[in-house]
Amino acid sequence: MAAWFRRSKQKILSTERRNVAEDLWSKCPGCSEYIYRQELQKAQMVCPTCAHHFPIGCHGYIDLLLDGSNSITELNPGLTSVDALEFKARKKYTEQLAAAEKKTGLKEAVITVAATINKYPIVLAVMDFSFIGGSMGSAVGEKISRAIDYAREHRFPMATISSSGGARMQEGALSLMQMAKTSAKLALFNEADGLFISILTDPTTGGVTASYAMLGDVILAEPGALIGFAGARVIKQTIGQDLPEGFQRAEFLLEKGFVDHIVHRKDLKSTLVNLISFFGYEQAANTA
Amino acid sequence: MAKYILEFEKPLRELEDKIKSTKVTALERGIDMSKEIDGLQEKLKKAAEDFYKNLTRWQRVQMARHPERPHSMDYIEAMTDYWFELHGDRHYADDKAIVGGIGTIGGKKMMIIGQQKGRGTRDNLYRNFGMPNPEGYRKALRLMQLAAKFRVPVLSLVDTIGAYPGLGAEERGQAEAIARNLMVMSTLKVPIVIIVIGEGASGGALGVGVGDRLFMLENTWFSVISPEGSASILYRDASKAMEAADAMKVAPDDLVKMGICDQVLPEPIGGAHQDPETSIATVKKAILASLTELEGLAPEELVAQRIARYDKLGQWQE
Ligand SMILES: [Zn+2]
Repeated sequence: MAAWFRRSKQKILSTERRNVAEDLWSKCPGCSEYIYRQELQKAQMVCPTCAHHFPIGCHGYIDLLLDGSNSITELNPGLTSVDALEFKARKKYTEQLAAAEKKTGLKEAVITVAATINKYPIVLAVMDFSFIGGSMGSAVGEKISRAIDYAREHRFPMATISSSGGARMQEGALSLMQMAKTSAKLALFNEADGLFISILTDPTTGGVTASYAMLGDVILAEPGALIGFAGARVIKQTIGQDLPEGFQRAEFLLEKGFVDHIVHRKDLKSTLVNLISFFGYEQAANTA
Repeated sequence: MAKYILEFEKPLRELEDKIKSTKVTALERGIDMSKEIDGLQEKLKKAAEDFYKNLTRWQRVQMARHPERPHSMDYIEAMTDYWFELHGDRHYADDKAIVGGIGTIGGKKMMIIGQQKGRGTRDNLYRNFGMPNPEGYRKALRLMQLAAKFRVPVLSLVDTIGAYPGLGAEERGQAEAIARNLMVMSTLKVPIVIIVIGEGASGGALGVGVGDRLFMLENTWFSVISPEGSASILYRDASKAMEAADAMKVAPDDLVKMGICDQVLPEPIGGAHQDPETSIATVKKAILASLTELEGLAPEELVAQRIARYDKLGQWQE
């Protein structure tokens, strides 16, 4: 059941070991300080000086939030993308997919799981920006849609952790329709009174923001996360003006009314547990 | 003891000063004046009780605005065991003049809305002096609908001098935002408890003020317009606010007589700010008691009773 999980963890460990010599220190893009890698890892990859949140990938969030591999069932692990449009730009889509899989060890830009968080059942979809920019094609849309259905059928709360450049161009209008599909599934989930918590991490943009990411009953964001619809460069070119300081950052969205709360990564698990409990869900009797 | 003393409270303060000077005299001359001091203190206590019990309406309005009076966040922080603020209307802004979030009070889950004034100039600018923009009402609306979805009762703390009269507020539909709330709140399928903790000015207050129970603290007011506003329109003279407060009957007892307020919640002698702990405990008790009454009702019955409550308000002849 959780073999994929252990395997990928081993992979992370071996990568770490290999990089130890050259990668003892990380430079923080927030404050330019050098941080001892081990310190950074102990602090959930958050800069102790300026609280810059380094990316931790989908496995990072699974480790951070869920009760452990025994509690985790991956949903639809074998569901992957196909090249429906025989797409070719500089590279063939099929080559891009193969390269992404090789680079990340992931099969798609999202992992969906049924699991427990502090013994509360939860369905969680975690995106990974390192897989083709976390873009949403048919496979991502379908996996998230099925996860929402699973949560509805089992009356579990649903959460997504987004990090995405938007819809996947390589699938044309089919990827666009994933925005409609996931939103439609959330409409059904909402009608069944399910709790949907959307967590926005750096970056969450384009078609993902313009669908499920903005539809949470509660929307949380990590500090400093870039969140928006159009890219800053496009906006700047279009309006011919400089953009305000902090434009499209989590704090900007909070001010503009689109985010309920900015949550530091160290508080993310307890915040989720409190929300799930407050909105009426109960801990599983048997979590073995 | 409050640092800020209202003009009409001064006679009492003179008595207090007299007690102080008597104590000093006793110390300086090394004589026993405890009898005199006890007598004066007894006199002060009696005088204060009578004084604050018999405040005029206009004096209560001023008490409601006392700069040291506890505000919504003071109540929320003291009453809740768990509190998580939820921000934003999901359209335009997060209005700082209305706070909202989930919390537990005495173990009961509640969606809490509160109109929030500031303390001091900077904080008041941040809170827009407790005058909400449309975004505040729309945040409250969103949170109340979230509460209904998960069958969580709503608590609303009212304290505003009015909805913000600004250009942007009009452009973004201040009136629409208030109207929408009145409609949605009237049929919301969970209990709604309203407490007027300070000022209840007009549509700005009513926009988060429709519910199953409405309580007013002793030194508050609730009416269609502020006494000054009314005075400047009806008497063309804002200094006639005292007359206007009486003419419109803005005090809690008046609102009970009109059938709008269910109960006046007593404040400590000298007002809520003299002993915030006691005021907060009084409010908490009223909230929990009404929840016990309302929780048992089926949603349809709850809504039917709420509609009937507003149906009968007003006086007419035919
Ligand atoms: Zn830093």
